[in-house]
Amino acid sequence: MERLSFEYPSSQTVLHRAHVGVVGSGDLEVLLEPSPDHLSRVTVCTSADGYSMTWKAVLDRFFLQYQGAVLLAINDFGATPGVVALRLREAVETGTP
Amino acid sequence: MTKHALVSTRDNTPLGQSFIELRARERVHALLDPGSRHELLSPYDRVISPWLLQQGIVAQFDDGVAVFRGKVAGHRAVVIATEGAFLGGSIGEVSGTKIACALELACKDTQAGVPTAAVLILDTGGVRLQEANLGLAVISEIHSAIVALRRHVPVIGIVAGMVGCFGGMALSAALCSSLIMTRQGRLGMNGAEVIEQEAGIDELDSADRELIWSIQGGEQRYSTNLVDALVRDDVSEIKRTVAIALEQGLPTEYRSDQVTNYLRLLRAVDTSEYLNAGYTPVSCVEYGAKNGQ
Repeated sequence: MERLSFEYPSSQTVLHRAHVGVVGSGDLEVLLEPSPDHLSRVTVCTSADGYSMTWKAVLDRFFLQYQGAVLLAINDFGATPGVVALRLREAVETGTP
Repeated sequence: MTKHALVSTRDNTPLGQSFIELRARERVHALLDPGSRHELLSPYDRVISPWLLQQGIVAQFDDGVAVFRGKVAGHRAVVIATEGAFLGGSIGEVSGTKIACALELACKDTQAGVPTAAVLILDTGGVRLQEANLGLAVISEIHSAIVALRRHVPVIGIVAGMVGCFGGMALSAALCSSLIMTRQGRLGMNGAEVIEQEAGIDELDSADRELIWSIQGGEQRYSTNLVDALVRDDVSEIKRTVAIALEQGLPTEYRSDQVTNYLRLLRAVDTSEYLNAGYTPVSCVEYGAKNGQ
């Protein structure tokens, strides 16, 4: 198990929160909440060690497109980068106020 | 309690109507009346297991249990679901306490004049081995809570699969005032993999799905009277069956009180032969006919 954290400057205020996914084989859980400032903070707890560069690449690409200032808490159980990207998009799109 | 006339041998579930394919929280949402749901200790509260991280295992924000208060077919109820995809739906200190406390709150409300039934959607391998004794202790609290609550209001269990319901939580299922299963569900004290691991492949081949389901599957459990309703894997059919069970109210006799009857059945089993020596599959109907049902 490995814990990682990332920060990204973000311009837009977010008003919703979301919870998607499950900590099951090849999947992950994403908890999205508004950030109090213009900084997005991502914390990852993953069962697969040694993939920090892959996480950085997936999150870099996500925050290249997404401008919302959010707190993302991720519990990962060996999801592939594609699944991670899909869950992140799902979290952004399915939120409730 | 009379059996519901909801037996089906084939699942022609329309797209998007499968109950099994839903995650725990979605299963609860599917059963609750629109606009009535309120989650207790949601993932946003982040009450996670304090033991998993210490053992290098990733935790989940709801510890694998979704607890909601709301209305089911107009009846005030607490609806609880275990998440089979997270560590086999296992019951740890936090997830088990969530279930026990929710049932105790329902009992408190009921005694205070606000009848609150309970629906348990069980997809669980039983106790979480990483939390051993704490999990076992809390499962016994769940049992006590079910027994206390079922005296006043129906406590309805649903075993839909894919994990099934095993170990201490199978005892929880057996304590429910009524129990609903799908053909895909399995219910038993020990799962097939555990039996094979402990007693050897000659005792039970856990890869033999036909054999496993003929021992622990929903059809077998229904034909031997261990569950009250066998339903298709269909959200509306399961909703309808839960509504019927809520309407029926309390059973005349709980399954767990029929000790003499079950002992008589156990004594009638011929254990001189292995179950799978000369094993021939019998259909649910044939089995029922053989047993005079």
